[in-house]
Amino acid sequence: MVAIQEISKKYRKLEVLKDISLEFNEPGIIGILGPNGSGKTTLLKTILGMVLPDNGTIRVNGIDISKDYNYRNEIAYLPQIATFPENLSVKELLAIIRDLRAVDSKYMELVSLFGLEQFLSEKLGNLSGGTRQKVNVVLSFMCKSEILILDEPTVGLDPVSTVKLKELIKSHRDMGKLILLTTHIMGIVDELADEIVYLLEGRMVYRGFVTDLKLSTQQDSLERAIVNEIHGKDVVDLQI
Amino acid sequence: MKFTEKMWLIFKYSFKDMIRAKWIIVYLLFYLLLGFILLFLNNDLSSSVITIMNIIIILTPLIGTLFGVMFYYNSREFTELLIAQPIRRSRIFMGQYLGVSLSLSLSLVIGLGLPFLIFGLANSAEIFNFIMLIFIGMALTFSFTGLSMWISLRNSNRIKGFGYSVLLWLFFAVIYDGIFLSLLLIFENYPIDQFSLLMSMLNPIDLSRILVLIKLDISALMGYTGAVFQTFFGSNWGIVISGIMLLLWMTTPAYMMVRSSKRRDF
Repeated sequence: MVAIQEISKKYRKLEVLKDISLEFNEPGIIGILGPNGSGKTTLLKTILGMVLPDNGTIRVNGIDISKDYNYRNEIAYLPQIATFPENLSVKELLAIIRDLRAVDSKYMELVSLFGLEQFLSEKLGNLSGGTRQKVNVVLSFMCKSEILILDEPTVGLDPVSTVKLKELIKSHRDMGKLILLTTHIMGIVDELADEIVYLLEGRMVYRGFVTDLKLSTQQDSLERAIVNEIHGKDVVDLQI
Repeated sequence: MKFTEKMWLIFKYSFKDMIRAKWIIVYLLFYLLLGFILLFLNNDLSSSVITIMNIIIILTPLIGTLFGVMFYYNSREFTELLIAQPIRRSRIFMGQYLGVSLSLSLSLVIGLGLPFLIFGLANSAEIFNFIMLIFIGMALTFSFTGLSMWISLRNSNRIKGFGYSVLLWLFFAVIYDGIFLSLLLIFENYPIDQFSLLMSMLNPIDLSRILVLIKLDISALMGYTGAVFQTFFGSNWGIVISGIMLLLWMTTPAYMMVRSSKRRDF
């Protein structure tokens, strides 16, 4: 589905991605993890064609993405920050996406799942941050696509909506989609991810299945297992 | 033609977003008020056209600049979301640019057109001068909206983008003329007719001002230089060349903006 070959990216002197190669051929949920500024968002944005890598190639379903923008029909994107044109209504915003690409005909079910019917005619500028994030979630999950890219999907959502979103993510995995998600909340990775990719200062330092990781490090908590595997034992034993 | 359809879509949403904003309504009301008050006090179409010209050649570039910058930075996150959709970048930015500049132009046309029509523009000989005035106002709006969106695209820091854009407006509206005048004074003993023609072509605001002045037949007020300008701009060649220059000033900023959008990271 997605094949990333030796991509690197520099912003002036800052190297954000260093020679990353990754392939995702099977459906499933992949957690892209790493500390702040490790290049997670940049990596996702290169797949979306938003950030143009300095070197390397990315193929989605065998097509070089620098050649043809139509591959983005197969990728839905949930960005980290949800800001929309202030003077448009929720309904009009949904219509923009619906006119731009193939959309699931049952998308109104998503609208009601997050209780957004009452806001349909409301201007986006009048919505609270949490409601805007729900709109953001609907916008990405309504797309008919094989691949979903979710950047910090639960930020700003209330607990009930977070649970709904997690169920939604699982159901889309069961539809056979590839889902790439970044998060700092280990609980979400533990609950959802099949596989994790760990980035550190722009390099990929670890890739593996969550179950294997827990087994090899003999840790029950994923958080400890990751820290153990990547940063070595000393960090875990660190006393504060 | 699927791609133009998508650009039309972007244009429609940007246009809607703009015309529902408070500031554009203030802008429209300003022109309405200006038109009515001027016509009421003057009761003369042709002198009102001159007064309005003096205002719009400074105001339309400023408003185009401010709205271009504000629109770009306010919709930055949404633009990023659009870039992740199956649509060419050039369509997104062209659509947004047309949405902003056409909604501003609409305010200008309605805001000035309405009072002038009510005061009998349709039956007056002034109608061609008025249409030219509106056309020049639109050209300046397109030009400066494009310039400011281009500058914004190249500066992710919004304070910088805002600052450079306003500086550019200030340069063309005020500073340029200062430099121009000093050069004329310094080289007053040399033949500089050609040079001053060229200088006024390179500034869209100057170019617009001269076009209106020549058309309004008040170039006699400008003395010898006015006579040179009259022979150039009044001739067919002059009109064609200055028309082309103004058209270039309208389209080049948009072209540059679209070009730099292709290489940028979002």
